[in-house]
Amino acid sequence: MTGPRTLVDKIWDDHVVAEDPGAPSVLAIDLHLVHEVTSPQAFTGLRRRGLKVRHPERTVATADHSVPTTPRNLPILDELAAAQVAQLETNCREFDIPLHGLGSPSQGIVHVIGPQLGLTQPGMTIVCGDSHTSTHGAFGALAFGIGTSEVEMVLATQCLLQRRPQTYEVRVDGRLAPGVSAKDVILALLSRIGIAGGTGHVFEYRGEAIEALSMEQRMTICNMSIEGGARAGLIAPDDTTFEYLAGRPHAPQGAAWDDAVARWRALPSDPEAAFDRSVTIDAASLEPMVTYGTNPGMGLPISARVPDPAAAGDDARRRGLEQALAYMDLQPGQALLGQKVDVVFIGSCTNGRISDLRLAAAALKGRHVADGVRMMVVPGSDEVKREAEREGLHEIFRAAGADWREAGCSMCIAMNGDQLSPGQYAVSTSNRNFEGRQGKGGRTFLASPLTAAASAVAGAIADPRLLPGIESLAAVGGR
Amino acid sequence: MARPFAGFASRVIPLPAENVDTDQIVPARFLKATDKSGLAEALFRDWRFEADGSLKEPRFVLDQPDMSGRRILLAGENFGCGSSREHAPWALVSWGIQAVITTSCADIFRTNALKNGLLPIVVDHERHRQLFELLARDPDVELTVDLAAQVVHLPGDEDLPFNVDPFSKLMLLEGTDELGYLLGKSTEIDAWEGRHVARVDTRGPSGTTA
Ligand code: SF4
Repeated sequence: MTGPRTLVDKIWDDHVVAEDPGAPSVLAIDLHLVHEVTSPQAFTGLRRRGLKVRHPERTVATADHSVPTTPRNLPILDELAAAQVAQLETNCREFDIPLHGLGSPSQGIVHVIGPQLGLTQPGMTIVCGDSHTSTHGAFGALAFGIGTSEVEMVLATQCLLQRRPQTYEVRVDGRLAPGVSAKDVILALLSRIGIAGGTGHVFEYRGEAIEALSMEQRMTICNMSIEGGARAGLIAPDDTTFEYLAGRPHAPQGAAWDDAVARWRALPSDPEAAFDRSVTIDAASLEPMVTYGTNPGMGLPISARVPDPAAAGDDARRRGLEQALAYMDLQPGQALLGQKVDVVFIGSCTNGRISDLRLAAAALKGRHVADGVRMMVVPGSDEVKREAEREGLHEIFRAAGADWREAGCSMCIAMNGDQLSPGQYAVSTSNRNFEGRQGKGGRTFLASPLTAAASAVAGAIADPRLLPGIESLAAVGGR
Repeated sequence: MARPFAGFASRVIPLPAENVDTDQIVPARFLKATDKSGLAEALFRDWRFEADGSLKEPRFVLDQPDMSGRRILLAGENFGCGSSREHAPWALVSWGIQAVITTSCADIFRTNALKNGLLPIVVDHERHRQLFELLARDPDVELTVDLAAQVVHLPGDEDLPFNVDPFSKLMLLEGTDELGYLLGKSTEIDAWEGRHVARVDTRGPSGTTA
């Protein structure tokens, strides 16, 4: 491709291995992340065909989805989960793949440890059998989720068959108000374009508000690209990116680092590059966002009221809204503020990083979780946990009456026993509010860590902008 | 490796729910299996079964009389959003579904489905509404899916054309898979790798990059 190119074009062009007429491109994959849930059948396939892993040194594994968040010296009680974790260990040993397994100091949610270890780097193609692989796009990498058949293909060939995606510019101009964070930006985008709005596209987030975000906040935004139907979402690498990466265990070092930075600086979209679609959001106009329904596109500014299905444009929308409100047991026209909650969950690959925990702790400091509310704080990785403990955040959580757990996906997906009971309401910093996602019959309000912490104290959905000292809280997260 | 996808005629299962996500198709607690078998039981689990494992009353559509053996699912708008779990198409296929008709389909679900002999058929809103009407009038109407011609035959000689990625179509019709195709590209892959230094080493610090 000649002429002005987008960031996606540049990464794409750099990775095309072969192209037959009529067929998708053969795309080279730089980094393959593997976890216990979507990989076992792929390894079985390799064995059946007598194939090896082509590049174990471009592959890395961890156990995160089904692992308990109880102390690590206890056994995994769920037999199936234990078997799955054991299977991952066997597969990694047999195929020589580095594993950051249970009990290792580098274990954690796959999308938290990749960046943390410096494995995620600008300009790369990154895949994982997990739809939130889009997280890694925060570094200016083309990163997307794949199915298990594709996991097998990448293990065997370090390549995938892909058609060039279309590009979708998401411009966020201006500055965010105190108490409004990256999570609110992405929930606002989803409420605007809907959960299928980005189908067939890759988002490129840009503009003043995006450039001002820390790497962890950028990850929060890219993480939920898939919730808008886009398999990937990315942000041009800049000094914030390089600062984050420098000195991480797998980042280039010495002269290799200088070479890499020079290469990465050429990645941002050319000024004249055109996108297939575009949307602009005014950051200053955003409020904290909360979802009220059963998909992440059903979000509202926190001061808004639940919409009325009768006012929905067409039959399908009305039906969808009715189903969602019935499941959530919410009334049209009711205010979200003040809606009672039973559980507050802070964690996940969306908001389980150290800056998220710092914000939640700052909001909780000197306060207590409301009577009858159960609050769980689950660090995204073992390293996040250690850092939080070094900073004393766990003491703040415990003093506030919250439960401080080991790292994992936990109640984001409710595979490990951490789950809601039927009918319970949760404010959750995770990414999906689908029916039963956090436990059969459980009801989820997605929100930012600040909103979650404020709601835990109030025992009901509460506006984080009313927290004392909110202006200074915004600076707490760090880079 | 899938069997070649032949045309077929079948009656239709109506599922007028919008935005059916992969957590509904297969709830996460059924993802602990390390093989692909037994997923038919997990399909739409929480819409079909009470906590004690008994069927919900009124019964979910799959469990109503006369539904077993039907191979076409007419779903509401936008099907398959959410996770990358291939368990979703595995479960649909192991229950017996071979085609899902909807108005849009999530990218990862579509990709996964096509690799497992499950054909997503995307139609426009008007056609979609008409199909539900047709089914309301005649719940036992039989449709014929012809992948080679890319049409669904409706009663009365009406044809409903649909799009499918030409490469996926070829793979489906021949019952071959993409891994075989990729393995056939080893010369090109070797050549590309010869020109590109590895970007990362998962065993240690990354080396010089070209
Ligand atoms: S935290 Fe949730 S969304 Fe993220 S990888 Fe784990 S289960 Fe998936």
